[in-house]
Amino acid sequence: MSNTALSIHNLSKCYRIAHRAGYKTLHDELTTLPRRLISHIRGGGRATSETFWALKEVSFEVERGEALGIIGSNGAGKSTLLKILNRITEPTSGGVDLYGRVGALLEVGTGFHPELTGRENVFLNGAILGMTRAEIKEKFDEIVAFAEVERFLDTPVKRYSSGMYVRLAFAVAAHLDPEILLIDEVLAVGDAEFQKKCLAKMENVVAREGRTVVFISHDMDAICHLCSRCILLRQGAIASEGAATDVVATYLGGELDQAPTIDFARIRSDASLRSAGLHNDEGQAATSFNANEPIGLRCSFRVEREIEGLQFSFSVFNFKGNRIFYSPISMAKPAITVDRPGEYSVEALIPARLLLPGRYSITLALHTPKTRMYDLRRQALSFRIVATMGDRYDGFSGDELGQIFADVKWRRSEPEDRSSSEAIHSAASAS
Amino acid sequence: MLATASGKKPILRIRPTKGWAALNLGELWSYRDLLWILVERNIKVIYKQTALGVVWVALQPLIAAAVLAVIAGRVAKLPSDETPHLLFVFCGFMIWNYFSQTAQRSSASLINNAQLVSKVYFPRMLIPLSHTFSTLVDFAVTLIMLFIFMAIYHVAPSFRLLAIPGFLFLTAMTATGVALWFSALSVKYRDTSYALPLVLQIWFWASAIIYPASMIDSARLQTIFALNPVVGFVEGFRWCVLGRSALNPTILWITVGMSFLALFTGAFFFRRVERTFADVI
Repeated sequence: MSNTALSIHNLSKCYRIAHRAGYKTLHDELTTLPRRLISHIRGGGRATSETFWALKEVSFEVERGEALGIIGSNGAGKSTLLKILNRITEPTSGGVDLYGRVGALLEVGTGFHPELTGRENVFLNGAILGMTRAEIKEKFDEIVAFAEVERFLDTPVKRYSSGMYVRLAFAVAAHLDPEILLIDEVLAVGDAEFQKKCLAKMENVVAREGRTVVFISHDMDAICHLCSRCILLRQGAIASEGAATDVVATYLGGELDQAPTIDFARIRSDASLRSAGLHNDEGQAATSFNANEPIGLRCSFRVEREIEGLQFSFSVFNFKGNRIFYSPISMAKPAITVDRPGEYSVEALIPARLLLPGRYSITLALHTPKTRMYDLRRQALSFRIVATMGDRYDGFSGDELGQIFADVKWRRSEPEDRSSSEAIHSAASAS
Repeated sequence: MLATASGKKPILRIRPTKGWAALNLGELWSYRDLLWILVERNIKVIYKQTALGVVWVALQPLIAAAVLAVIAGRVAKLPSDETPHLLFVFCGFMIWNYFSQTAQRSSASLINNAQLVSKVYFPRMLIPLSHTFSTLVDFAVTLIMLFIFMAIYHVAPSFRLLAIPGFLFLTAMTATGVALWFSALSVKYRDTSYALPLVLQIWFWASAIIYPASMIDSARLQTIFALNPVVGFVEGFRWCVLGRSALNPTILWITVGMSFLALFTGAFFFRRVERTFADVI
């Protein structure tokens, strides 16, 4: 026990869900004052808001030098927990004791300013993440070398490619030196090469430097790889706790079978997702699909004000957390725009005979590409593709044989004579 | 409470807080590096991608003061304590300019940095506070212009000029106090950004900028007038530069008192509502 790095006891967080946007206007407050006064006198209390427990009586401890993974489906309380540990928001009850300096590796690039140069942003970002100027100076060369942006140090980051931007942001964050490191979904950035580098860096932090790590991720592979112990959260409470591989198996075994439709209660910004759902060819809600049928995705969202270039997009990930494909609404023909204020309802059809049998999840996003994320719901929906007996997909599950099913057209020309009787096959491009 | 059997004390305890929070100046001090980097960022962002850069900082108060001087001196024929009208108005306007620019920029700062506030922890007060310092660059430019005007109008500098930092400090305190109030309110109520320009406009005319406080002839009324600390700053500034002003010890003490009041109420209010920022921003 003397080696505790972090202890959480009976931690709870309650949100009040307002039925309107999160912030109010003075105007509203004044105009609704008489009504609220009357209901208050009558003892009606707060009729217009309900409470939602994002975390409920969560307790656990992390030993010094231990890497703990935290998993769970959307709304299970992972991000809330991280926000409390990171002191961005306060708990409603319970508490946390931290026995060391805390650093967080959150969404990369937080605090980057597009007008400033790479060099200036390293200092800005480093200071925001809690480093002193002297510490940043000391690590500056290392950071720049890791990010591979030496030549563009004095260029404003708005001219950076998104890859360079993300590399620099990760490099700053990865060179933090806290005793307790909180990591949230940062490995899913950059190209494959850089991801490998990031993962190696993380492994180094955990294994060799012996630091305490709390790692929150949807990437089950990375969790199993980096963490020895894991906690599964379900509806704000600990559902399972133990060896990482066991807990991940529990999660993948049952947890992903969630409802085919989901409502997003909290309004987050000027553009926010309201609900999403999957349906089959007949229009019925479903989470399990035959490989031969298309998958329908229906999603509604609300745009509060005109946002130039706003896009809705979704990505499909496989069970290992690899992105199979990304589809923005701008690819639609004829064009569909969603940048004016209003309630939208959109439908996307994932073609049949594309995904291999297995489990998949869908991440939804409302964003202006490469500039701003308005609403992001990671793994909001999940579904399963099943192989039916005797069809062509039998034996294709898992990913040893590839990520997608290519509907390749095969042809064999008639053997001309005995000397060249082998089949000549030509692979045409998939339809 | 769950006891951790180690005898060690945790470095940090996270607990729900209620009511008024301490100012925690120690923590603010430990984040001073971030404050300076934010100040630097504010300055760089303003002057990057402007063709005239620092010229704007000089041009804007110059033109505004010139127009006001013409209106006050030629059109309205307001008195100016027997000093050159342009210099008289410029003295008042430059301190007002610092005050209102600081209040405006920092009031919007939390909303403009919503992404930061909802993602990373640091004392939130640093964001509005950084504008108190970065606006000093603008003030320095107007100060240089003031010295040029003094040369043109043959106003001899005196030791009174040494009191300028003192009045500037009081102005900065009040501006920061106002900014803390408004920036904290703006997180919860978005229409605060409409209210502030209106408040500032009324405040401008109530602040003896284009007319001397000496126009108010009853001493008692003058004392009430001085409850607006900007009157004290403007008159104090004129005293430093021109040697003539309605400033007296009573007005001075009221101004000092109001400045502290503005800063402390602003800071405590900010600390009180700060904990909910990330949930509503």
